Amino acid sequence: MDMTGEQRIAAPKQVVWEALNDVEALKASIPGCEEVEKKSDTEFSAKVRLAIGPVKARFTGEVTLSDIDAPNGYTLSGQGVGGVAGFGKGEAKVTLAEDGEETVISYTAHATVGGKLAQIGQRLIDSTAKKLAGQFFSNFSDYLDERGASGKSGA
Amino acid sequence: MEAFTEKFGVGQPVRRKEDQRLLIGGGRYTDDFNFEGQAYLAFLRSPYAHGRISEIDTEAAKAAPGVLGVFTGADMATDGVGRVETDIPLTALDGTPIFKTQRLALPTDKVRYAGEPVAVVVAETAYQARDAMELIGLDVEQLPPVVTALQAATEGAAAVHDEKPDNCALHWENDTPDAYEAVAAKAHKIVTIELTNNRVVPVPMEPKCCTAEINQETGRMTIYAPFQGGRRVQGAVADLLFGGDGDKVRQISDNTGGGFGTRSKIYPEIIAICYAAKKLRRTVKWLGDRSETMVSDLHGRDQVNSAALAFDENGKILGYRLETYVNIGAWVTENGARLAIDGGGRILGGCYDIPVLYYSCRNMMTNTVSTDTYRGAGRPEANYIVERLMEKAAKEFGIDSRELRRRNFITDFPYTTQMGMKVDCGDFAACMDMALKDADWENFAARRADSEARGKLRGIGLASFVEGAGGRPEEIMRVRFEEDGSVNIYCGTYSHGQGHATVYSQILSDKLGVPFESINLIQGDTDTAPEGASGTYGSRSSQMGGVAIIRASDIIIEKGKKIAAHLLQAEADDVTFEDGDFKAKVGSVTMQEVARAAYDPARLPDGLEPGLDETYHYTRDGGRDDQSYPNGCHICEVEVDPDTGDIELLAYSAADDCGTVLNPLIVHGQVHGGVAQGIGQALTEHLVYDEETGQLLTGSFMDYGMPRAKHLSDIKAAFNPIPSTNNELGVKGAGEAGCCGAPPAFVNAVLNALEPLGVKHLDMPLTPNNIWHAIHNTESEGASA
Repeated sequence: MDMTGEQRIAAPKQVVWEALNDVEALKASIPGCEEVEKKSDTEFSAKVRLAIGPVKARFTGEVTLSDIDAPNGYTLSGQGVGGVAGFGKGEAKVTLAEDGEETVISYTAHATVGGKLAQIGQRLIDSTAKKLAGQFFSNFSDYLDERGASGKSGA
Repeated sequence: MEAFTEKFGVGQPVRRKEDQRLLIGGGRYTDDFNFEGQAYLAFLRSPYAHGRISEIDTEAAKAAPGVLGVFTGADMATDGVGRVETDIPLTALDGTPIFKTQRLALPTDKVRYAGEPVAVVVAETAYQARDAMELIGLDVEQLPPVVTALQAATEGAAAVHDEKPDNCALHWENDTPDAYEAVAAKAHKIVTIELTNNRVVPVPMEPKCCTAEINQETGRMTIYAPFQGGRRVQGAVADLLFGGDGDKVRQISDNTGGGFGTRSKIYPEIIAICYAAKKLRRTVKWLGDRSETMVSDLHGRDQVNSAALAFDENGKILGYRLETYVNIGAWVTENGARLAIDGGGRILGGCYDIPVLYYSCRNMMTNTVSTDTYRGAGRPEANYIVERLMEKAAKEFGIDSRELRRRNFITDFPYTTQMGMKVDCGDFAACMDMALKDADWENFAARRADSEARGKLRGIGLASFVEGAGGRPEEIMRVRFEEDGSVNIYCGTYSHGQGHATVYSQILSDKLGVPFESINLIQGDTDTAPEGASGTYGSRSSQMGGVAIIRASDIIIEKGKKIAAHLLQAEADDVTFEDGDFKAKVGSVTMQEVARAAYDPARLPDGLEPGLDETYHYTRDGGRDDQSYPNGCHICEVEVDPDTGDIELLAYSAADDCGTVLNPLIVHGQVHGGVAQGIGQALTEHLVYDEETGQLLTGSFMDYGMPRAKHLSDIKAAFNPIPSTNNELGVKGAGEAGCCGAPPAFVNAVLNALEPLGVKHLDMPLTPNNIWHAIHNTESEGASA
């Protein structure tokens, strides 16, 4: 599955960048996220509960950050296993661009799935991935809003 | 006597005696059998298509609630459970034997396809087994997968088996290409085609399942599972788990909910289940769901063919060249590598006289489920190629395809093919004439004009085909009269839709003149099947089992004559048997009276054993002269919507020569079923693996296109019976013909419909999407020209 997208966040680039590297912000933003642990500056682990079509499972995964160019972007790569549901793995290149008071996040992702997810959910993966990305950014914006991180009222 | 043989004898349209029970839910399938204290089993299946197993951590699963045992391939190896596969005696032209894979029920070294079972969990409940299965840690070092036969043959492709880096289990050739090259060099025209025969999954209505019951006192195991015959699985389980002691294993398939070839195989799942049951000394039950069945049942077809026919100036075939890559999947199964050679190879050139043949068949191993016998087993693939070629050749010659076929039909019988098979009889032109008449071919132009007026494209297509049927060279039947006059037929051929209870009863009723209703079929159980009795596959039950019934009946008649002579106080030599009566000059007695006397020592002549109970072991020599050759001609008429690519099947006319028709109702049903499966492959069915990841993408009915009622039309089935000379019933087999005729007839019809748009080539399945693309590619090419 390949996916590209762009999302405008009403917060300065530095604030967005920090939130993208912050455990609490990620936990609040990733749909179905139960746990995020920062193992090092470049390694996270997470537990996420997801439903893709008829396949529902808790995924345990590791994410590694590379090509870090703070605060302009990085590459995320990771894989997760969901027990009987199968597994998923993928890579996403994320770039941040300043646009006045706001930040535009652009991403290009390539992911593959295996097991029952592929067998039953394949047709639903593209639409599910788009939906999850949408939810992520909506949660992410809300998180920044609640913290007053967006706009001019920043600390 | 005559009354019921007229009504219930051979050739009569007797309604199936099985149906009343099946239609009111009286069938007993594997999941209907439950036992006190049974435990439940779940499989952990590899989510990866290809990888090296680093670790399988079962500790957490073992500690989970209700778990009785967790077993991996290592546990089975420790207990000395050996290879699952049978060996195949095929060799390359230079004598190199086929590559033998070393399959264990659960692999210990690598996973080789997505869905391969790697561990089993047995627990008190099915949910506990599934929950615990999720706790197993499967650590696999992933390797790149090879998915298609051509990918597997590419230089540098990943090796499915380390010992065979080129992935080719066997490159089989009938000969060197020299003889073909010589005739091709002087040919007037050479017509070539490249075809892909799409992979399909057999879909029995009953999913894959098994219950291994253990008798707590004796330790004897009874395997309940849907099979087409029980002896081979009984033998395999006995060999692998019981030191070869067949008495320790019984197999029961009371009803089998569909077979299609895939239920004739010994699956690793069955061995693992039986192992777990024996190890735990508990009855173990497993019911696979539909997706699990699709990801693990042996698939069908999946070939890439490159073929050429060389013709002289009169359109007479000089030679045939065929190069095939078969995708046999991850493991060399019993028939996977034989299909295209021993199956399709029997009738490679179809109905045509082929003086010279070069056939090269590469059996490629890939990271997919193995392919094996599926209704037709190699013959649909072979007929498809040659029928597509004949259609293409007719266009290139500019002559009617019917005429080109007539010029090349085999007409002198017996005919020995280039593969050494002796085709005993047939009249291919007569079948074609019959089908042409039923299809009203002559008035097609008017119907086409009518479609055109409605903006639709109408096409008509024809396929002549022949198949080789008969299966293994022996079958054993027991016919036993009971004291009450009823008759039991004991058999090892398992009925899973063929109507054996009806047809065998007709054969026996006809032969012995006993009432149809008094005959029972005892089947589906290795304890009651005669020793050595085999099973149902390859259109063999009527011609093998049926003949064995006839011959067992002959022994009964001979013994009956002695008893009748004693009863009538006549000489045995003077007694004749006719229409159910033993007759002598002094009078006559019925078969039933003789049967009753047979159990009364006071009425038996001296020295004769009581009872009328005979078993006949029917064998053929197993060579190339004892097959039967069902054949026919099928014609399809279709309408294509050029805007959407949607195809509607309008009419289907089948003219079949399946030899003697034992029961026209049942044979009609077999033709209809075979045609539906053939149309399914041609129109909707396609099992797809992702080429990047090796994942099965069509693992449910949401993604896999089963044909539906709307995809079919009324099917006319006519018969041109020319009795087989290879068996005294004259039957040839009918179950697989539809699968041979339907795909080429259907595709030829669609090509005919799309001809005005310039479409020259199509590969199955002809989904609206594929047709739309074929139409538009042509249009864009046309526009730029």
